[in-house]
Amino acid sequence: MTDGKKVRIATCSLAGCFGCHMSLLDIDERVFDLMQLVEFDRTPLTDIKHCGPCDVGIVEGGVCNAENVHVLKEFRKNCKVLVATGACAITGGLPALRNNIDLWDCFQEVYQYEGGLEGGQVPNDPELPLPFDQVRPIAEVVKVDYFLPGCPPPADAIWKFLSDLIAGREPRLDYEMLHFD
Amino acid sequence: MEPCEFPHIEQQLTPVFKRQGQGADRLLQILLEAQDIFHYIPAGALDCVAAQLGVPRTRVEGVAGFYSFLSLESVGEYRVLFSDNITDHMLGKPELMQYFCNKLWVEPGRVSEDDLVSVDSTSCTGMCDQGPAALVNGWPLTSLDHNRLDLVIELIRARKPVADWPPMLFEVGDNIHRAGVLLGEPFEAGAGIKAALVRGAEATLKEVELSNLRGRGGAGFPTSRKWGACRSSPGTAHYVVCNADEGEPGTFKDRVLLTSHADQVFEGMTVAARVVGAAKGLLYLRGEYRYLLQRLQETLARRRAAGLLGRSILGGAGFDFEIEIHLGAGAYICGEESALIESLEGKRGRPRNRPPFPVAHGYLDQPTVVDNVETFACAARIAEKGGAWFAGIGTPESSGSKILSVSGDCARPGIYEYPFGVTVREVLADCGAEEPFAVQVSGPSGTTLSWREFDRRICFEDLPTAGAFMVFRRGRDMFDAASNFARFFAHESCGFCTPCRVGTQLQRKIMDKIAGGHGTASDLEELKGLGRLMKDMSHCGLGHTAPNPVLDTLEKFPDMYERRLKALAFEPAFDLDGALATARRITGRDDEWAHV
Repeated sequence: MTDGKKVRIATCSLAGCFGCHMSLLDIDERVFDLMQLVEFDRTPLTDIKHCGPCDVGIVEGGVCNAENVHVLKEFRKNCKVLVATGACAITGGLPALRNNIDLWDCFQEVYQYEGGLEGGQVPNDPELPLPFDQVRPIAEVVKVDYFLPGCPPPADAIWKFLSDLIAGREPRLDYEMLHFD
Repeated sequence: MEPCEFPHIEQQLTPVFKRQGQGADRLLQILLEAQDIFHYIPAGALDCVAAQLGVPRTRVEGVAGFYSFLSLESVGEYRVLFSDNITDHMLGKPELMQYFCNKLWVEPGRVSEDDLVSVDSTSCTGMCDQGPAALVNGWPLTSLDHNRLDLVIELIRARKPVADWPPMLFEVGDNIHRAGVLLGEPFEAGAGIKAALVRGAEATLKEVELSNLRGRGGAGFPTSRKWGACRSSPGTAHYVVCNADEGEPGTFKDRVLLTSHADQVFEGMTVAARVVGAAKGLLYLRGEYRYLLQRLQETLARRRAAGLLGRSILGGAGFDFEIEIHLGAGAYICGEESALIESLEGKRGRPRNRPPFPVAHGYLDQPTVVDNVETFACAARIAEKGGAWFAGIGTPESSGSKILSVSGDCARPGIYEYPFGVTVREVLADCGAEEPFAVQVSGPSGTTLSWREFDRRICFEDLPTAGAFMVFRRGRDMFDAASNFARFFAHESCGFCTPCRVGTQLQRKIMDKIAGGHGTASDLEELKGLGRLMKDMSHCGLGHTAPNPVLDTLEKFPDMYERRLKALAFEPAFDLDGALATARRITGRDDEWAHV
């Protein structure tokens, strides 16, 4: 993929649970091999806040609010290859279960009816990301190059996928890495 | 058998169980009657049916959930379903349905608050030559306009039972504009059977082979090979099944055959029974044609009285044959022969793995012949007049005639019977099509023809068809047609295999994205790749053909897609800022971060 230069990778979690990131860490001691080949831009590990020009962007989670869109668009703009990682990024996943519930009902349930909330109000601070009426897969918002399925994708699948990509091969996953029952 | 916990429900179902019997294969027929009684299938009825038939409740619920005309939630006293075919759309269906909903204060897909009425769309009801059409509690309403709908609204508000509505609302015309050997020449009931009895089973099969008759459902499999294979397959019983699940949008020729030429169809089934050695025949009548049931039963009774059905038919010792009619319940997939057999057995209409083919392992795992209505009508004629006569009509590889159901932009929509080999141009001239621009041959699963291809011929060598012939004049948008068909397939996929279940949904979504003005060039590439995948990987013909209208129109009318594209690069599938509007309203925010 690069000539001697380290591959630059950025990762983020949108409407996800960081489970895919945990699965990435599950590659265990292979992380040392990985660090020989790559360097990280924005990730929860480096705590860099904005993503610069990168080779690979790994996105976990679907799009549930306005901030997610800004992050996702920044990733798309800066990453040569964008990978939707895990069920939520690919289909909306668990957070998308709220899609059948009216947003107003959600807000009422959380901020007004929940026990112990006297005179609760829906918060309106501009610092809070504003939610969409539906949670969306990231492919509905930006062009996605690869989809890495699983909840989370197994560490072996992430490892195989990344090593193929870094070696400049078309990533291929065996059936065992793609079926989950 | 366990006692049912819902005595009032059980009480109402008791006569149904008496009438239908208690075999598990009666499940679908029983649920159809339960739907009539309660206007939906209450949970208690599921329990009762499960207990009565001795099948698991999950199976009962699985069947009830599969068919469109069965409902697990109340659909009101009156359920009005507007036919959603593209021809209905071209005749004004969307506006009429909106008008109807507004006047009744209901939203499409919802039940009115007083539980009186619900309004929704349904796949083509087979009334394309007299649309826009709808079904009210299963009865077909034709040629709808504002006046007729006003009357319907009045009747519903007055809570008049559908049986007492004025008959003129339910008039269904045959509209035969061109008759050939099947529709035009007089047929005497019994003539085919008599000839078959004189000739003997073996020789009758020989005649069918000589006739070169091929299946009229569109696939064109040689009928004699099917019958011969069934005849030589060992089994405890053999069955003859008539496929009258005419679900392909734009097709309505079987409706006309069953309305005015039912004798010929039953005669063909009886001849087939003689050849394969069957004692029982089944006619699978699509739910949309339920209004024909009584008349068909009367025809069967008349034939029984005339000695053309029952024991020792026309004095042929040991030639016993009975025909039973099964109702479908709104599932296109049941036109696929193995799904149809599953449905006959009272199950969900899920296509089987093939092989084994139905001729060896079909209904109740016994050798079964499944043929189209029109094929049986042809067979009756062949038995009567001989194979050579039939083979003399049409083209070398497509003998006989073909009945076309013509609809869409033409002066005289209806039924046209031609010898095989007729050109599209001739048909267009006969039906009075003005400035024809495109024709959808054989329905959504068939071929989209552009005006450059009107010299192609209707025959198995060139354009095989089940009979649909939908005409589009200049100015019609073929993207809309393809979109309509994509919606149809997404609704009708049985859900069994992933390429089709997911593929049809993705196809619909991308078409919606393009229609909504969010499409890009990469979406067109996505449609092509998706189409190839569905064709290669799907389990049955539904998935194999579901991408046809999209791929055909992409190839032949690319401008109709391209002019809708927003950009060549990727675009989101929806209005991002618009999707934040609800939350903005709730929070009262309008700051910079409340927009994207």
